[in-house]
Formats: sequence, structure tokens, C-alpha cells
Amino acid sequence: MTRAIVVDQVVKQFTLRHTWSIKEYVVWNLTGRGGELKDTFLALDDVSLTVEQGESVGLLGRNGSGKSTLLKLISGVLRPDRGQVGVRGRVAGLIEVGAGFHPDLTGRENIYLNGSILGMTERDITARLDEIIAFSEIEGRFIDSEVKFYSSGMFLRLAFSVAAHSHPDVFLIDEILAVGDEPFQHKCLERIAELRKEGQTLVIVTHDLNLVSQVAERGIVLAGGKTVFDGPIEGAVGRLRGEG
Amino acid sequence: MRAPDSVEPGLIIPGRSNGLLDVPRWRFLLSLLVKKELRVRYRGSALGLLWSYVKPGVQLIVYYIAMGKFLGLERGIPNFVIYLFSGMVIVNFFGEVFGNTTKSIVVNADLVKKIYLPRELFPVASVWVAFIHLVPQLVVLIIAALISGWRPGLVNIAAILGALILTVLFALGLGLMFGAFNVLFRDAENFVELILMMAAWVSPVLYTWSHVASVLPDSLDWVYKLYPITQAVELNHVGFWIPTSAVQERYPDSTGPLIDALPMWAGAAFVISVLWLVVGQAVFRRLESRFAQEL
Ligand SMILES: Nc1ncnc2c1ncn2[C@@H]1O[C@H](COP(=O)(O)OP(=O)(O)O)[C@@H](O)[C@H]1O
Ligand SMILES: [Mg+2]
Repeated sequence: MTRAIVVDQVVKQFTLRHTWSIKEYVVWNLTGRGGELKDTFLALDDVSLTVEQGESVGLLGRNGSGKSTLLKLISGVLRPDRGQVGVRGRVAGLIEVGAGFHPDLTGRENIYLNGSILGMTERDITARLDEIIAFSEIEGRFIDSEVKFYSSGMFLRLAFSVAAHSHPDVFLIDEILAVGDEPFQHKCLERIAELRKEGQTLVIVTHDLNLVSQVAERGIVLAGGKTVFDGPIEGAVGRLRGEG
Repeated sequence: MRAPDSVEPGLIIPGRSNGLLDVPRWRFLLSLLVKKELRVRYRGSALGLLWSYVKPGVQLIVYYIAMGKFLGLERGIPNFVIYLFSGMVIVNFFGEVFGNTTKSIVVNADLVKKIYLPRELFPVASVWVAFIHLVPQLVVLIIAALISGWRPGLVNIAAILGALILTVLFALGLGLMFGAFNVLFRDAENFVELILMMAAWVSPVLYTWSHVASVLPDSLDWVYKLYPITQAVELNHVGFWIPTSAVQERYPDSTGPLIDALPMWAGAAFVISVLWLVVGQAVFRRLESRFAQEL
């Protein structure tokens, strides 16, 4: 088996107060660095895990447990303070609604922008353009208008469609599926099932415990920035139900 | 951090790039970012890019009348308006590259904090946008120069290219550094504005090098001469001002009031700019890992 994602003893800390003016900074330095200039917060505390190629993993946990932070580390948006992250191949992350879209560009232009950020070539995108638009179910007159006029549901549909057609090696999906309506969610699940069949590595974050049992075979539960469970998805869901 | 070999072969570390060296691989995305930037800038302006031709044109005519004729600067420097404008184009270009690259990360916060792409793409996109805005000014300058009997040779054309490259290298080096600082301290932007205000006056744009030489102690000459923008301005003078007819008549076999031994000094300034770019890139890479969480 080859490993697609390796997270090795990763620590991620955030500073809760971040933008200072130079004046504040200088004063703080001159006054002997007295007092706390910033509070720190440990979002991930020594997390280690590996995901095999073709595996599909549900990442579960309460709000603030560090799930999104972990996905951002895997996609490279954030960098760990300690430990290491490694991935095999190209990663596509649907981490926040509207990530990698620009409000002043049209839907079509955003497909190109988003697709190329996800590592597709211009030719790839052109070849799959019709397929991407069709899957997103965005009507003809909207695809050429600026995406700032889109609803969050439309945003999600387009974003999911681009990512799902970019054939990444590792596909990360954060809670965002909850934004779509029922029929589209169903369609996404079908697409995810297809991708699984094709051997795509998946990491999915969701609060919908029924949904996650359908799409993942393995579950990892985070609590307070630590992994507290890693095993079959039924166990992970059971653990969350028991706690909740 | 532990040695990279602790991650097995075939695995890459996400979020790490080769900086500017990776940019050519991403040129399609770069072109989209440039297009996006232009779109945002001309949003709601019916005449769009046309304005960037009208403004420098009017500016040049006003300078010609006010400074050349009323102030009589034309008597000291032949074809004064060409002298002035060829220097000003460089200072404007420098300001646009430096200013825009400094803001580029913060302006693109939405992309930087939500998705990974090599962050150097934003400053480099700003360079292209600045270049697109330079074109109308160059067109106006070329028209004015042609009217003044501009007959450039290969050396003059090379000097113009040299001036532009020198400006981009130096401004991008500064912009990478201040663009990264700006994420951590938002007042970097104001600081840069202050620098840019001075930049227009410290280079020989409104006066000639000989005015500086007569005031500056000889031992400090080299500081002024090594400043890359001074050299870029002088190179542009060689490109546009020297080969005009009135200048050729006045200084038939010399570069007149320009800095002497220009190739040597320009070469030194080029080396400094390249080093500066390396430093800027290093600072940028050091701070880059904190961009997403600080924005
Ligand atoms: N950029 C940031 N700056 C400061 N704190 C952050 C930042 N991003 C996340 N956090 C904090 O880290 C913790 C974990 O967040 P997150 O990974 O989003 O949790 P989850 O996705 O599991 O709800 C939260 O307490 C959140 O407030
Ligand atoms: Mg989250």
C-alpha cells in the first residue's frame, strides 16, 4: 500500500491577536517586552495520521476541534509549527465556500481561475468546461455573469463541480456540503461514490453523521486538537453520538 | 524542523514552492490574475484604458508650457520636457510596481488564506499590471520624442530596456519584502508611500546630475550613483533624450550633463538590484508560512 497523506507529530498554534501597528510593536520592544502582546492557542496538538491511497476518511469532531485547520495544513494553505505533512500528488481542497473564486470575474472565468489554481492546464479546463458547467447546474445566463451575484448554493455547486472534475490525487472536502440543497447534495454524494470507485483518496469533514457513514470507511475523531479515535467509521460515529 | 527525509520519497510537502523560479510554470494562472486585476481596476469606467493615454498626454503638455516655457528650464536643458518625462516615466513605473506589490498579498487575502497557490504570483502579477500602465506613458513619450527629432540607435534602445529591467528588479525586490511586512504590519503601506514620495525627488528627474555633483561631497558621490533608480533614470535619458536633435547639437560627442562612466555605474546598480531581489525573495519566503493565518 502507498501512503497518500502523512501527518507526522504536527503542532499548529495560532496567535489570537495578529495585526499590530509598528508603533505598538516598537513600544512593546522598548518597554522590555512587558506583558502579553499576543495570546496563543493550540489548534492542533501533536497530531499524527496516515491515509492510504484510495482510502476515504471521515474527519469528525465538535466545532473548534481543529478539523479545518488540519485540512488547511494538508492542502498547504497553512504550515505546521512543528512536525511534518506530506502528500502524494495534487491536492484539491473544498475548504471554504468561495475559496479560489473572484467576485468580479464571471462564472466561466472563475472556472478557469479555480481550475488552474487546482493545477489543471488551460487545455484540461477547456476540454472539461461543458461537463463542469452541466454538473454545476448553473443556467446559461448566470455562467457569464459575475459570481458576486451568485447565491452561496450556486457558489458551492460551481466550486464542487470544478474540484470534482480536476482529478486530484487527494480530495479534501470541508463542511461545505451542508450549504447545497437536498438534490444537489445527493448528486455530490453520487459523484463522491464514483470518485471512490476510481480510487480517489478522500478526506471529508461533516457534521452529518448519516452522510459520513455512506461515504467513508474510516473515521478519525478530533477533540481539542488531538486525535481521540481512529478506526472504522461506525466506531467514530458511535463515539460522537455517545458524546453528543 | 526535522530533516525532509523523514517524509518518505514521493511525498511532497504541501505549501512549499521554489518561489519566483516556479512562476513560469504557472503562467496561465498568472495571466488570469493580471486580467482580474485590470478588471477590478477599470470596473465601472467606460473609457477604461483610454484614460491612461489622456492623463500622461495632458501632463506632458502642461509640463512643457509651465516648466519649459514659464519657468524657463528649457534654456538650461535642451528639450527639457523629454528630459523630464523620460525620467518621470521610470519613477512612475517604480512607484507602481513597488506600491502594488506591497499591497498585493493583503489585497488578495481571500485567495491567500483559503487556497494554496505560490504566493509570489501576486507580486509578479502586479509587475505585469504596472507594465500595462506604463505602455501608454511610453507611447506619449515616444510621440513627443519623435516630434523633437528622436533618432535612436541600438545603444539607445538597449538603454531603455536596461532602464525597465533595472527598475523591475529593484522594485520587485523591495515589493516582495514590503508586501510580506504589510501582512504583519499594515502600516508598511504608508511607509512605502513615504518612500515613493521621496523617490521622485532623489533621482535626477527635475534636475541634472551636475546639480547634484556640485552640492554632494565627492566622497559621497557613489552612494547617489549606486541607487538603482538613479541609474534607470539616466539610462532612460540615454534612450529618449540624448538622441533628440537639440541635444545632439548641444553635446555632439558626449552625454552632456548625465552621469559619467554610465555603463560601469549602471552595471553596479544592476548587481545591487539582483542582490536586492534575492534578499526580498528570502524575506518573503521566511514570512510566507504565516500569511494565511495573519490575514
Ligand atoms: N487564523 C486563525 N487565527 C486564530 N485562531 C484560529 C485561526 N484559524 C482557526 N483558529 C482557531 O483554531 C481552532 C480550531 O479551528 P478549526 O480548525 O476551524 O475547527 P473546526 O473546523 O474543527 O471547527 C478554533 O478555536 C479557531 O478559533
Ligand atoms: Mg471547520
